[in-house]
Formats: sequence, C-alpha cells, structure tokens
Amino acid sequence: MREATLWTLHLAAGIVILVLLAVHMGIMHLEDILAAMGTGYPDPLSWTSVVVRSKKLLFTVAYVLLLGTALYHGLYGLRNILLELNPGRVAARVIQWLVLALGISLFVLGTVAAIVAYVR
Amino acid sequence: MDREREQTAQSFGEEVVKVVRFRVQRFRPEEGKAYVQEFQVPVYRGMTVLDGLHYVRDNLDSTLAYRFSCRMGVCGSCGMFINGFPRLACQTQILELGSDTVDVRPMPNYPVVKDLVPDLGPLFEKHRTVRPYVIRDPRELEQPTGEFLQKPEELEEFLQFTYCIKCGLCLTACPTVATDPQYLGPQALAQAYRYCKDTRDAGMDERLKVAAGTEGPWRCHLAGACSEACPKGVDPALGIQLLKRLALLRRWRLKKPHRPAPLAGERTGVSRRPGIPEPPPPTVESEGSASS
Ligand code: SF4
Ligand code: FES
Repeated sequence: MREATLWTLHLAAGIVILVLLAVHMGIMHLEDILAAMGTGYPDPLSWTSVVVRSKKLLFTVAYVLLLGTALYHGLYGLRNILLELNPGRVAARVIQWLVLALGISLFVLGTVAAIVAYVR
Repeated sequence: MDREREQTAQSFGEEVVKVVRFRVQRFRPEEGKAYVQEFQVPVYRGMTVLDGLHYVRDNLDSTLAYRFSCRMGVCGSCGMFINGFPRLACQTQILELGSDTVDVRPMPNYPVVKDLVPDLGPLFEKHRTVRPYVIRDPRELEQPTGEFLQKPEELEEFLQFTYCIKCGLCLTACPTVATDPQYLGPQALAQAYRYCKDTRDAGMDERLKVAAGTEGPWRCHLAGACSEACPKGVDPALGIQLLKRLALLRRWRLKKPHRPAPLAGERTGVSRRPGIPEPPPPTVESEGSASS
C-alpha cells in the first residue's frame, strides 16, 4: 500500500499548498493583512518588509512548509510522468531515487536559506 | 449500382439506401506492414459495420480477417476503431455514422494479429492479475453447501460493473494505456473494485495489494475516455476512483473489510411451487460422492 501512502501525502500537500497560497495572495494583495500581522511594513514588496518577514518565526515556518509541500507535490507528479514512460524496472528505481535526491537537496537548500535569514 | 450489388441487396431482403466506402486497415504479419484497402459496400437500413465487413469478406475479399461471435453486443469480440472511435462493430449502424466513408481499424493499444484482429492478451492478463473472482474459504467454494446471502442493496453497490463484457474498448480509449502499457487500465481496475465491494468476497486486502500497486488507480489521469467508449454503459472511470478511495481508506484503517456474506441455511417450512422444476444437480462433487 506504498502507493496509497504516497497518494495521501500528495493530496495532503495539495491542501496545505492551497491554504498557504491563499495566505500568500492575501498578504501580497491585501496590504492591511500584512499590517495586521505586525510587520509594520505594509508594502509587501519593499526590501525592508521582505527582511522583516523573514525574521518572523511564523513566516519562516510557513516558507519551509510551502517549500516542502510544493516540492513533494510537484516531484511526485514528475515521478509519475517519468514512470508512465515505462522505463523498465531498473531505470524506474533509478528515476525514483534521483527524484527523491533532487527533492531532498532542494529542500535542504531552501530550508537552510530560510533559517539563515531568520537567525542573522 | 451494378447488377451484382443489386443482387446482393436483394439477397439481404432489404432496400439499399446508399453505397458507402469502407476504408479498412489491412495487416498481414508475414508482410509486417499495414496498409489501407477500400471497398464499396451497399448499405441498407439497420446494417451494422459488422454486416459491412461480412459483405466485404463474402463478396469482395475473402482474406479479410476480423473477429466476431454473438453479433448482438454480448460477447465483446468485435471491438474495432470505427471512424476514429472505439466501438463494437455489431452495435454500430453504418447509417448512424452519418458519413459516406467508414474507416475501420484494429483497436489501438493492442498488438495486431492480422487485419482487424487484435491480440487481447494484455487485457486478459491484466484482468487475471486483479483476481476477478470471489475469494473466500476454498472449502466453501469447492464443496458448496449453500448459497452466499446477499441483499439487493448490496448488489446495487457494484451491479453496473458486472455488465462488463471484456471487449477491451476502454483500454483502447485510455490515453494512459497508450503511453504506459503496464498500467492495469480501466477494465481490470473496475473489476477489482467490483469484487472488493462484493459482500460474498473476503479477499479485499489480498486483491488491493496488486490492484492498488504502482500500476493501479494512481496512474489514472481522469480523462474519462474509457467510460465514454464503453458500449455496455459501465463507468470504469468511476470504478477507478472508487477503488482509489477504498485503497486509501484501507491504508489508513478507516474502513474495515466487510465480513463475507453468510451461507444460506437449510430451507425449512417451504415447499417448491407446483410446476417449478428441480434445479440441476451440483456441478461440483460433494465430499461424500467424491469419496464414494
Ligand atoms: S468496461 Fe466496458 S469498454 Fe471496458 S472491457 Fe468492460 S464492457 Fe468493454
Ligand atoms: S459480435 Fe459479440 S459483441 Fe459484437
């Protein structure tokens, strides 16, 4: 039932992305929301506002969560597309490991960047 | 229309409405190359594509190979790609196609044996892997002592999927099967769901191991082409989604497998109505008679 687990995670990631993207759109386009969240810099695209957000734990957690779920959701789809090309058993295993390695690398990279921005 | 055709029309006992061009894909394995051959076919009202092929074979080219059996949409032998859509040749009336040309090709997504004859091996192989039968205590199945009880509403849950005649048209229509021949496909997955939902069955988890594996319902792209193509009104796309839900619920233990339906007990206090014949003797030997 491994595929059932992967599919459930795919669905769950989709739901999390939906929520986080809704928050993202709200913050970017309804500037009062940003002010209400206490950044003190309502212009979401100003440099200072970006820096201030990256120093808030809530935003850092949200960034990492969005990165993880988006990577999982997207790469799961990529894996399926590649497997549907019917590459053969060995190649299929290699593809799955490569996709997993790519996902983990990008996740680590993004997470480190978010944490560095938070602590510095 | 020449005399020969007129005679044929008379032999049909029907009035010929028009002459239609049949463009038939031919393939001889020894030549290894497919080509299209054209035939002029006189058409009467109600004439099916299968009748047209009979006409070609009987009058124009006796080497044309195609498969059929029941001629009434029951056996599932005559699946073909007719005017760009997967259809049963015996159920497709030529005049209803509304065209002066009838393009007939073998079903895509299957190897071709000869002319319009596909090798349905992959369909049956996939069907076999999902264990499309009631799984329960073999003693009960081999030495039956009574019927398995099932309520009409329990039957309703999977009834439509039992109408599948294994024609394989849904696999022809499926875009995923086209790129991934390993994908179990709509027919087998709908049947997997059908047997998982059958209250007489006790093999849900066993079946799901294969049916909900890598080549299972997760590969479906929701094109819905299978359901559109099905000549029996089965909705295999729905079956796939229901199977997916069932696999998820079982994975997270949110659904228990149903208990297999009980056996009907001995009938007491009832007698056969007059005029109703006795049932035939069991086809499986009971333990007593086997040992005697
Ligand atoms: S589901 Fe429909 S199209 Fe598919 S094999 Fe069964 S009868 Fe044919
Ligand atoms: S000949 Fe049996 S379904 Fe067409």
